[in-house]
Amino acid sequence: MPAVHRKELSLAIKDLVDGVCSIYIWPMLGWQEIKQRYRRSVIGPFWLTISYGAMVGGMGPLYGRLLQQDMSAYLPYLATSFVIWVLLSGIILDACNAFIGAEGFIKQVKMPLTVHVLRVVWKNLLIMAHNLVIIVIVAFFYPPNLSWSLLLIPLGLLLIAVNGVWVGILFGLLCARFRDIPQMVASLVQVAFFLTPVMWHPEMLGRKRWVAELNPLYHFLEIVRAPMLGGIPPMSSWYAALLITVVGFPITLIVFSRYRARVPYWV
Amino acid sequence: MSRIVADKIVVDFPIYEASARSMRNALLRTTTGGVFRTDAAHHVVVRALSEISFEFQEGDRVGLVGHNGSGKSTLLRVLAGAYEPVSGSLEVQGRIASMLNLWLGMNSDATGYENIFLRSLIMGMRPREIAAVVDDICEFSELGDYINMPLRTYSSGMQMRLGFAISTCVSADIILMDEWLSVGDAAFMKKAQTRLDDMLGRAKILVVASHDENMIRTTCNKLMRLDHGKMVEFTAI
Repeated sequence: MPAVHRKELSLAIKDLVDGVCSIYIWPMLGWQEIKQRYRRSVIGPFWLTISYGAMVGGMGPLYGRLLQQDMSAYLPYLATSFVIWVLLSGIILDACNAFIGAEGFIKQVKMPLTVHVLRVVWKNLLIMAHNLVIIVIVAFFYPPNLSWSLLLIPLGLLLIAVNGVWVGILFGLLCARFRDIPQMVASLVQVAFFLTPVMWHPEMLGRKRWVAELNPLYHFLEIVRAPMLGGIPPMSSWYAALLITVVGFPITLIVFSRYRARVPYWV
Repeated sequence: MSRIVADKIVVDFPIYEASARSMRNALLRTTTGGVFRTDAAHHVVVRALSEISFEFQEGDRVGLVGHNGSGKSTLLRVLAGAYEPVSGSLEVQGRIASMLNLWLGMNSDATGYENIFLRSLIMGMRPREIAAVVDDICEFSELGDYINMPLRTYSSGMQMRLGFAISTCVSADIILMDEWLSVGDAAFMKKAQTRLDDMLGRAKILVVASHDENMIRTTCNKLMRLDHGKMVEFTAI
């Protein structure tokens, strides 16, 4: 890894700060993508919600039976897990395209690259807002026990969003340069769906529980899922999420400093 | 104070063919060291701009001329801040308005009215600033009720008028243009010319690339000729 010059580092940080401060641009770009799905379609993005809902409705009874779970607990668990999973995987998958997809902007105007990553994170949060309908419908049949822990949800989402930024920059850069990586990430995310406790509880692993604990996605899932289900996330998940944040950001910053200026040449 | 100072700026475009763009070669390069180096580093590099140095001062109206592929558009994009030079330094002082793509940020499914906001936000305007000019844009573009129709229903002339009206509503210190803008029918063209002249008149520096050397000789006070990425002439006219 070549040395990072101070000037490059300060330009990378400036990009990040300017990007976050472009509060009129990235929310608009993210919203445009959602709006695009509404155009000439009556329910627009809710089509995706319906397909996710059908998956939950179909898989819930089947896997609840296979895993010998009580339906009143399992279905809310699955619905919540699934909605958060769609957020996590959506950010990762879209991140690969963050810069490639913004070629038109990147090659023609001066705009912080971070804007394109924030667009991706924001868009996926908006999609999640649509998907919350699934949780509400399930809650109608299996009323949850509401508690003060709901207040932890925004904190969890914030952590996911913050990590989405470094993941987005890192993956966006790698994918812009090496066009095999988006395909690779897509298949890995598919596998990760089964390896992450989305459909199953980590407790089911018994003594092998650490397999789930080693999975970074599990912790990000858990810090939002637990409060949504009326519980409190284990401290270990908060620590893991924070650790990933403080390790991931500097790594991304080094790579970003080094290769930020190359992006227009790559896309 | 507006000015642009370029010192030996170089722009190289790497051309990655399918195999070079895959990760395999990069991995090979790092693991096998020198052996594959010549082979793996076989990226074709196109030198679009070769050590160009100049200084544009306030009051300069610079015309860029040269054949297709001589580097005019690349230089404009470098000045716009999209591409950072591979080497050399570039210093730009002043607010830039890039007229290289009048429709950047527009969405063909959005209405004309929505597109005024989309395009203006991308140009770096704030919602409050846009609200102040939106009526002027609607009126100038003469779209009437079409302003509430999706952009894709517009004729190319109407799209042109809208893009022109929005892009010329900002005031900037430095204006970058690729070819002279010409829009619409004779009557509109006259109106457009006045608006453009007004905008250019307020700008401190204008850089325009054009094939029309006569036009440049009548409108600009400096001429820069590029040939194969090299600056072969930079004179006052």
